[in-house]
Amino acid sequence: MDARIGIRNTKSILFKSFIIFLAFVVTLPLIIVLLYIIKQGVMQVNWHFLTHVPAPEGEKGGGIANALVGSLLIVGMSSLVAIPVGILAGIYLSENPGTKLAYYSGLCVDILQGVPSIVMGIVVYFWIVKPFGFSAISGSIALAIMMLPIVIRSTEQTLLLLPPSLKEAALSLGVPYHRVILKVIVPCGFAGILSGIILSIARIIGETAPLLFTALGSNYLSTNVTGAMESLPHLIFTYATSPYDDQHDLAWGASFILLMFVLILNIVTKLITRKWKIQL
Amino acid sequence: MENTVVSATNFNAWFGDNHVVKDVTINIEKNQCVAVMGPSGCGKTTFLRCINRMHELIPGATAKGSMKLYSDEIYTMNPIYVRYKIGMVFQRPNPFPNLSIYDNVIAGYKLNGLKVPKADLDNIVQKSLTSAALWNEVKDSLHKKGTFLSGGQQQRLCIARAIAMEPEVILFDEPTSALDPISTSSVEQLFHELKEKYTLIIVTHNMQQAARVSDKTAFFYVGELVEFDDTKQMFTAPSDVRTQNYITGRFS
Repeated sequence: MDARIGIRNTKSILFKSFIIFLAFVVTLPLIIVLLYIIKQGVMQVNWHFLTHVPAPEGEKGGGIANALVGSLLIVGMSSLVAIPVGILAGIYLSENPGTKLAYYSGLCVDILQGVPSIVMGIVVYFWIVKPFGFSAISGSIALAIMMLPIVIRSTEQTLLLLPPSLKEAALSLGVPYHRVILKVIVPCGFAGILSGIILSIARIIGETAPLLFTALGSNYLSTNVTGAMESLPHLIFTYATSPYDDQHDLAWGASFILLMFVLILNIVTKLITRKWKIQL
Repeated sequence: MENTVVSATNFNAWFGDNHVVKDVTINIEKNQCVAVMGPSGCGKTTFLRCINRMHELIPGATAKGSMKLYSDEIYTMNPIYVRYKIGMVFQRPNPFPNLSIYDNVIAGYKLNGLKVPKADLDNIVQKSLTSAALWNEVKDSLHKKGTFLSGGQQQRLCIARAIAMEPEVILFDEPTSALDPISTSSVEQLFHELKEKYTLIIVTHNMQQAARVSDKTAFFYVGELVEFDDTKQMFTAPSDVRTQNYITGRFS
């Protein structure tokens, strides 16, 4: 009997060590990649790097100001469109589960989420770029469509978790339906909705494929949203594949900046969900 | 009859095809505390929710018959106005988790966007919390979130929230079933004070509670109103054999 228990205990310990080992192994690639990007990129980043456009080929120096401004503008415009639409659609889905419209739009959201980003790029290319030419707006549209499913689903899931008694409390005070949603339901789910928004931004800020044939890219600092515009992922793509070492350095620096963006957005999300979580 | 506040005549309610309230006729008088009791699934909660038109918010729920507040037909009034006049307290305390205690009390004004001067609001908050026997416990923490209170305090906060709207009638849907015995007794004590100003209709599972707090008791059984009489009469000499069986515990 004692021997058997000993064997069982050994098995348990072996199993536990095994899963701890695997958990460590899966974090390893992430840590190696992060360290490598930081090592290659952090040396490039300084004030000059952030405030100047890339130097001409073969010359030293230069920065990524055009890509920074471009990325912020393109992502900003996408958010402006995708966030309100996404939240409203999410509210509809959470308020009317089981209806036909909710079923089919939920299905569309799921499919949209699975569409490869390059396909989104092609669609926008044929719809908007072909008739109107390359523009930052067309890039924003492609990214907005990619943002939508994330915002919709996170809003829906957040609101579904709120207890129905909350809505009843407001309705029983004679509060009309639209005010119940806007003044009670949405504020109570605010932390969840906001973290969904931030995650969706973190998701699209690094998208390259849809920008390749929409915003195109540009060597100049531009704020004209109807013209071609540079963006961080596109700059990385072009300069990383160029033959010049100076341009490789720019690409590493831009990668580092992009990585920091995503990291900060993720940390902010974690903080928001912890601090603003409403205790039900 | 001129004292009647709420009156139902041949009132019926359904969930889809399920007939849950059958031909109920009842007159509830002003400043009385009426207990509605009966076994689970007898339609007592549904009947209560029909009074302030919360029943119809459930998909597939329908109602038919006459339900009056004084002489006005509730089902032709604007439901929003009905709910101003008929407040409700739910089974589980449900203060708004995003609002402070203060804002929870005036939630009816705040969420409806009614403009009331600050001094009046302060007044309403103090008066309502005092009526709900909560003022002394929370007067120093009015700007903390309502969800920091204990369950019993939260339930009294919900009562204060209903009182703040100055309703005619307050409906209670098993208001103490989620509370511990001490909180339960503090809420029960409140009923005695509240009925001086309001008409109370209380759905309860608990027969002792019905006997303790109510002036009149209605006994529901499978959707029918079996008996409606003075509580004392009901618990000592019920006229219907089903009531008698229920009270003596022969079925539940």
